[in-house]
Order: sequence, then C-alpha cells, then structure tokens
Amino acid sequence: MKFGVLQFPGSCDEVDAVEAARHVGDAELIWHRDRDLQGADAIIVPGGFSYGDYLRAGAIARFSEAMESVIEFAREGGPVLGICNGFQVLCEAGLLPGALLPNVNLRFTSRQVRLTVEQGETAFTRACTPGRELSIPAKHSWGRYHAAPDTLAAIEHGGQVVFRYAPGENFNGSLNDIAGVTNEAGNVMGLMPHPEHAVHELTGGSKDGLCIFRSMRLAVEGVAA
Amino acid sequence: MSGAGVASLPTLDDAIALGLTESEYELICEKQGGRAPNQVELAMYSLLWSEHCAYKHSRKLLRTLPTEGPHVVMGPGENAGAVDTGAGLVCAFKVESHNHPSAVEPFQGAATGVGGILRDIFAIGARPVAVLDSLRFGEPGESARARYLLDGAVAGIGHYGNSIGVPTIGGEVYFEAPYEQSCLVNAMALGLAPKDQLVRSAAAGPGNVVVLFGASTGRDGIGGASVLASAELGEDEDKRPTVQVGDPFEESKLLECSLELLELGLIVALQDLGAAGLTSSASEMASKGEVGIDIDIAAVPLREADMEPFEVMVSESQERMLCVVEPRNVEAVLAVCEKWEVGGAAIGFVTDSGRMRVLRDEELLADMPVRALVDDCPLYDLAPAKPAQPLYEPPRAVLTGEESPGETLLALLGSPNLASRRPLFEQYDSIVGSRTIRRPEEADAAVLALPDGSALAVSIDCNGRRVAADPRRGTVAAVLECAANLACVGAEPLGATNNLNFGNPEKPHIAWQLSESVAGLGEACRALDAPIVGGNVSLYNEGATGPIYPTPVIGMVGRLPDGGRAGRLGFVNAADTLALVGPFAPSQAASELAKLRGQQLPDGLPEIDLAAAAEALAAVRDAVRSGTLSSAHDVAEGGVAVALAESAIAGRLGAEVTLGEGHWEALGPDGDLPDPGWPEGSAAAALFGEGSGGILVSGPEPGLRALAARTHVRLIGRVAGGRLRVSLDGHELIDADVAELAAVHAEGLRELFA
Repeated sequence: MKFGVLQFPGSCDEVDAVEAARHVGDAELIWHRDRDLQGADAIIVPGGFSYGDYLRAGAIARFSEAMESVIEFAREGGPVLGICNGFQVLCEAGLLPGALLPNVNLRFTSRQVRLTVEQGETAFTRACTPGRELSIPAKHSWGRYHAAPDTLAAIEHGGQVVFRYAPGENFNGSLNDIAGVTNEAGNVMGLMPHPEHAVHELTGGSKDGLCIFRSMRLAVEGVAA
Repeated sequence: MSGAGVASLPTLDDAIALGLTESEYELICEKQGGRAPNQVELAMYSLLWSEHCAYKHSRKLLRTLPTEGPHVVMGPGENAGAVDTGAGLVCAFKVESHNHPSAVEPFQGAATGVGGILRDIFAIGARPVAVLDSLRFGEPGESARARYLLDGAVAGIGHYGNSIGVPTIGGEVYFEAPYEQSCLVNAMALGLAPKDQLVRSAAAGPGNVVVLFGASTGRDGIGGASVLASAELGEDEDKRPTVQVGDPFEESKLLECSLELLELGLIVALQDLGAAGLTSSASEMASKGEVGIDIDIAAVPLREADMEPFEVMVSESQERMLCVVEPRNVEAVLAVCEKWEVGGAAIGFVTDSGRMRVLRDEELLADMPVRALVDDCPLYDLAPAKPAQPLYEPPRAVLTGEESPGETLLALLGSPNLASRRPLFEQYDSIVGSRTIRRPEEADAAVLALPDGSALAVSIDCNGRRVAADPRRGTVAAVLECAANLACVGAEPLGATNNLNFGNPEKPHIAWQLSESVAGLGEACRALDAPIVGGNVSLYNEGATGPIYPTPVIGMVGRLPDGGRAGRLGFVNAADTLALVGPFAPSQAASELAKLRGQQLPDGLPEIDLAAAAEALAAVRDAVRSGTLSSAHDVAEGGVAVALAESAIAGRLGAEVTLGEGHWEALGPDGDLPDPGWPEGSAAAALFGEGSGGILVSGPEPGLRALAARTHVRLIGRVAGGRLRVSLDGHELIDADVAELAAVHAEGLRELFA
C-alpha cells in the first residue's frame, strides 16, 4: 500500500502528510510537474499555500500536471484525500461539491477542534467509530464550507457529509457545521482540519487522525472494516 | 572613473543628508585616495557606515559579551549563530528587529521582519523550524494607533510564517505608553541542520562566479537602513515607500532552492540580502573572505528598467540571496533555480583585488576598498550619564489601591500585559512541521521534538519596565526569566541571542541604559552558561514624546533529554502538593500592580543573587527531567497570586494556598543559603510582588521536599477543587472560582481582535 503526496511550490504540510501516512503504509512525495503518480494506491493533496494561493485558494494548483493525473485517478475510483488547501484544490478541480470561503472572522485561525464522525462506512472512515469525536487541529483562513441549497441538500441526503464540527467548534462558519465531504462515488474526500497533525500524542494533541489513514489502507486493500 | 555621478559629484551636504557626519565624509574621501566619492559610492558608504550596518555606537560594548561555550558551533558574525543540540543536528538561531518599518506600515514591516530572519537561518544552511516574536506597543485601551499597529503586526507575522510553513511557537507582547510612537517588532527564528551542512558567507576563490537568485530587484526599500533604522522617526507618512513588501511564496521557493543547492554541494558561500541589499551582502562576503568582488549591474534582473545604478545597489527588495559558485557549477545552480521557479543570474566575479567594484557592462561606476566599506567605519565611545531626573512619566492609574486582593487579581489577569495571548497566537500556525510538543500557554517555554527523542526548548523575554527601573538588574532579570522558562520544561541553556532595542545612543542617558544593560547581559549569560551566539541592535527608538523603555530582548535556546517529559505550567492532579521554590523575595518595585496603580518607576531594583537563582533553576530542571513534578511555572508579572491563577487556569484545577512565615513549611539546605526574604506587613507585595528566582511547582510531596537539598522550598498548599483560595498570615484574602478567573483572563485582549 503506497500513498502519493503531492508537492506544489508553496505546500506546507506535505512532509507531515508523508510522515503520517507512513504510520500505515509507504508514502512518497510527487512533484507538481510530474504526471506519473508512481504507482500510488491513494493520493493525498496536502495543506499549505500552493502557488502562494494567489488569485484564489487552490485555483492555480488545480491546473498542475500532477493534478491532471490525480483527476484521472479519481475518475477511475482511486482514493484521494484533500486536506485544507488540498480540499480547496479538489473543489477547484470539480472533484468535490461546494467551495471554501474566507472564515467568518476573516482571520487565519488555528485551534484544536473536535469533529464528529458522521459516516462510518466510507473509504476514509471505516476504521473510525461512527458518532465518535475526534480531536484534530484546524488552521486556515479559507475554511468556510459553502454550497448552493440544492447541492447542500443533495450531499446531506446522499450521506456525503462525513465529518462535522462538534457543537461550538465551527469557528469558520461552515454551512451545516460541515468539516469534511466526499464526492458522490465516495472515493474523494476533502477535510479542512489536519488529520496528519494528529498522529502522535506528543505533537498532535491526540492520535485521532490515524483512523483516517488506516481507513484508506483498508479501502485500498478491499477490507470493509 | 567614468559614468554616473561624475558630472554631478555629490557634496558634503549630500553626505550629511544621507546620515554621515562631516568627519566620516572626510574619512571616506581619504579612503578613496583623496577624491570625493561619486553618487554610487556615497550611497554605498552611507549605508554600510550607518548604525544599522556598522553598529558604530554599540560594537565596543558588544565585544564584552560572552560568545563561547561547549555547545557553540557558530558564533556572532555569521548570518545566525548555531549550537550543537547533541542529537546529530545543530540549531541555528537569531533574533532581529524590524521596528522602524513596522511603525510606518505594521503588516509589511512585521511580515518582512519574519522573512528576513528566516533568510538568515537558511543562509547558513539550516531549515527553519520555528519563529517566535517579541512585540511592544502603546496602551491599547488608550491608543487607536497601538491597536492598529498590534493588529497589523500580528496579521503580518501570521501571513508570512503561516504561508511559508514555519510554525510560530511562542513569543511575548507588552503594552506600555513609551512604545506609543516607537513600537517594537522583533522576530526570532530557529533552524536545524546536519553539522557538516552549515555554510559560511565568506566569498572565496578569485575567478568564482557571484550568482544572485530569488526575486528581481525593484525600487522598494531604497535606503531603508540609513533612513529608517538609523535615525529617530519623524513624519512617518513620507517614509512609507522605503518599507519593503514581502512575498512568502517567493521565499518558500527560495528556501527550498537554497537548501537544495547546499545539499547538492553546488555553492561555496551563501548570504541573504537584507538591509542595504546587494551593497552589504556583496561587501560583507568579500570582507569575510578577504577578496574583492566585481558586480555588473547590467546583469541584475530588474523590476523597473530605468533604475539608477545606486538604486540597484541599495535596493532592499525582499526574497533575494547571493552565492559564490565555481564556474563549472554555474549551469547546475541555474538549473536548480529553474526547478524551483526562482530567478537566477550570474552578476559578477570574485577577484583578488580587495576592492568592491560596480560596473555596468564595461563601464566602471564605483570602486572602493572592501576594508574601507566594511571595517573602517569609525566606532564611537558612548558618553553614558545616569539621568538625574526620571525619564518616564508615571503610567495612568487604573487601580486606586482600595481594591480587595480578589478584585486586584481579576484586574491583573484581565490587564493587557497579563491577559491570555490566545487571540494573538490563534492567528499563527504553531504545529506545522510536527515538532511542537508544547504549544503556546501550555508551558513556560515552547518545546520542539528532535528526531532522537530529545527536544529543544526556546523562550524569548524582556520586561522593559524593569529594565527602565534598573538597566543592569532588569536585564539580569530578563535573562533569568528566559532561563527559568527553560528550566520549567526541563531544559538547560545551549546559547542565547539578543536584540538591543534602545533610544538614541548619542544621548548620555540612553548611553547609560545601554552600557548598564549590556553589562547585566554579560553577567547573567556568564552565570547561566548561555553564550550569546548572535543578535541585533536597534537604536534611535524614540520620538517627540521620548525614548522607549530600554528593551534588551533575550531569546534563549536549550535542550532536554526526553521530549516526552517536557514540563507544563498547568496543575495536573488534585491533591498534589504546591511549593514555591528558589530565592524569591517579592517586591512591588516596577511590578504590574505598581503600574496599574500609576506609580512612578523606582530608581533601581533589589539585588539579585545570580548564583542562588541559577542553582534553584538547576534543581527544578533536574526534577522536571526526572518526572517528579506535575507542573512548573516561573513567578513573573503579577507575582505569586497571578502565577497560581495561571497554573489553575491552564490546568482547570483550583488550589488551597497558605502564605506567610510560620504558616508555610520552609525547607532549605542547612545553613548554606541566606534567607531569601519575604515582605512583612504588605499583602500587596506578598501576593503580587515580583522578583527573580521564584518557581511555582506542584507534584507529590516527597519530590518537592527533595528539592530542598539544593534550594529554598516553601510548601504552600495543595492543588484542589475548582476554586483558588489564598490566605496570608492566617487570613483568607482570595477565594475565586477558577472558571471566572479563566473568563477574565481570556477576554482581556479578545475584544482588540473582534
């Protein structure tokens, strides 16, 4: 099982994502100019400020050579996790519904937040306990999840809302407290908080993020839970 | 000599307008072989001979500081200092100021301050792993300007650090009226490198190529070092164009590009471009290597085509680096630049002439001896004189002195200098890089994990009000506070860096503050084995309303053998015993309470027994390392009562505390230590008095008693319940709900960022 972690100029959390993924499998960086995904079984689009996030968060990275391959990989059913800036990139690429807007406080905000696992059957949560709260850091200035009313209704109805901020934790103003969503097929997920920063008690405040990487491994290996 | 400047040779008046004195101008003419310097040369001399670059009023004092120690790998004189962490890695670190630009434009001033200090770290080959900042503003409750500067500076620090992926793990901020006109924005950065990857900045090898890489060169920051940083600020608005604009994305690429160049062994020397741009970078590289450098400005990539030669040489455009490359490697260097989408151009050569020459194609525009530019600026002796009258107005009183101890505690916890810094540090990414073991407000020092399981601890501190009351002892106290912060997480010092922020040193009373402070700095760093491996000086921080409080900001880096045992400040276990450890003798002099009561600064602070304080810190450090303490927190602003409240708030646990001789159990090594002293008859001094050498610890009682083999221990109570109850000499003075204390503490600064 091998994770491929994209690296754009301006990525910040790509090395953390590689280290986190290595708790459950192999992981390598994939340079943004590289169309070859190097046989990765799952892709992580990491956090940071790809291409400086000039224009609009994630708007430029979406056009990189590596992302073209990731779009193809996702359309063929490969698991893709976008974290923070990666979530923004996947929305810009049209792989996920909705968009991310500036936080309601208009400031970069960094907090350990509690998330509730809304769906326990997905490729990203099958090793997590449904209804359980995970303690995971969030840090961003564009994290307010937004979608048009009919899209919102559709993703809620379709069980695509995988993670929500627990009561009192939604500092960015996301609609319906949404922290993480999947595409309709369930093989692409975007998550605003950073599970790769919650894999070690000493530096993450918890190890709660590990269950997401474990779930991806199980999904790749075709194990239900 | 041909070309620019010859037709209109600048005069003495021009030199004076650029900040040089008449005698300095005459000396420059002499160094130029008896001829007047042309425009390009005068621009370059005026910057390199400015206070900012030449340290002409401080260098003699700085030479008295301790700079050597067993852990020092690189001392002062390089882009940053470095110490051996013992984990197979060296830690490079330095603090630097960006005060004057931040006073003009706080967002960009602070952002480029962070950018500049990060470049200093990767210029010696280390990957930046942390930023801390030290900020000073006027009173936010009274001054809209203070709130504007605070908001802009915090946003600027966050913008740069967050975007480049280096965590901001700690810092400090104080609000005092003397910083109203001249705010302070000091940024410290730490980096890690394998020992053999460190690179120096000395140019070497005549015939080698000088490559400029990074952003292109524009008109921003023209003359910043002399105009902004070396004179008192007057009409700020006119100077706005001299503030540089930062681009963290460009720097992120520049950082990766620089580290890759070093990893591939492609460069001989590396230097960042900071104050005075190409002028200082090239001249200093040449000076350190005792060689000459020829720069062809026609080869410098420009943002604006019609820039004057002197503008190209002094531009402070951000995100640029200069390196020296063997001719056979130039192509490979430019290929790495291209990979990272960073501009790169060969702009000159190392020569054996010992001269700094500027050419435009074949035309010689400037020709100066490197030694004259870099080393021959006259150094001045200060003329210190202790002021006969107080320099600073008493602060505005917000407490009458009639308040109860409980009301006083709440007022202190909600006051700008003591309220929770969460509204600031929540705007910073403190965890990227996955090394952060202790985040802000979890412990007295920030703690970073190292690959072998050990950890680095770092603290930055300086209470300027105490330095203003007594420049020597106040500076000793600032160094001790840093060391105490390290001890509370279990770390011993490896080295320190300092940023001396003072007023105009040409005035005798400022010269006195500066010389006393540097004496105290040297004394304390020697006693604590914390050599100064680098630093910065920022003078002329004064305006029409007078000088800032003298503010020698200290940054200290230490190590602890086991990151998993890093101390924390919050109470952990109900029923743990509480002790006040160390030779702590509180006094109201220059305390936060004295400030809130509007009291004039005292003339002098009580003497500090450095050896006794150092031994207390060592005892606490060893106890934290051995795991016998649950919490450790140094007693600082607001005294014992505030320290208790902070540990209670952080741990969400109350305490029952009994203070006063005869009411606590006092322990200590038999007869070896003098009684530290305890204020009699003054509840305010006992509860809220300040002084060095006190640490509040909690833990199982045997471990606390064991500390008495080395230092004073007063067993003052136990951790319990949800209320903080403090009695003094048998009378209960404070009984407060910890949740209420936490709410007041949390709200003090919150509204400033609403």
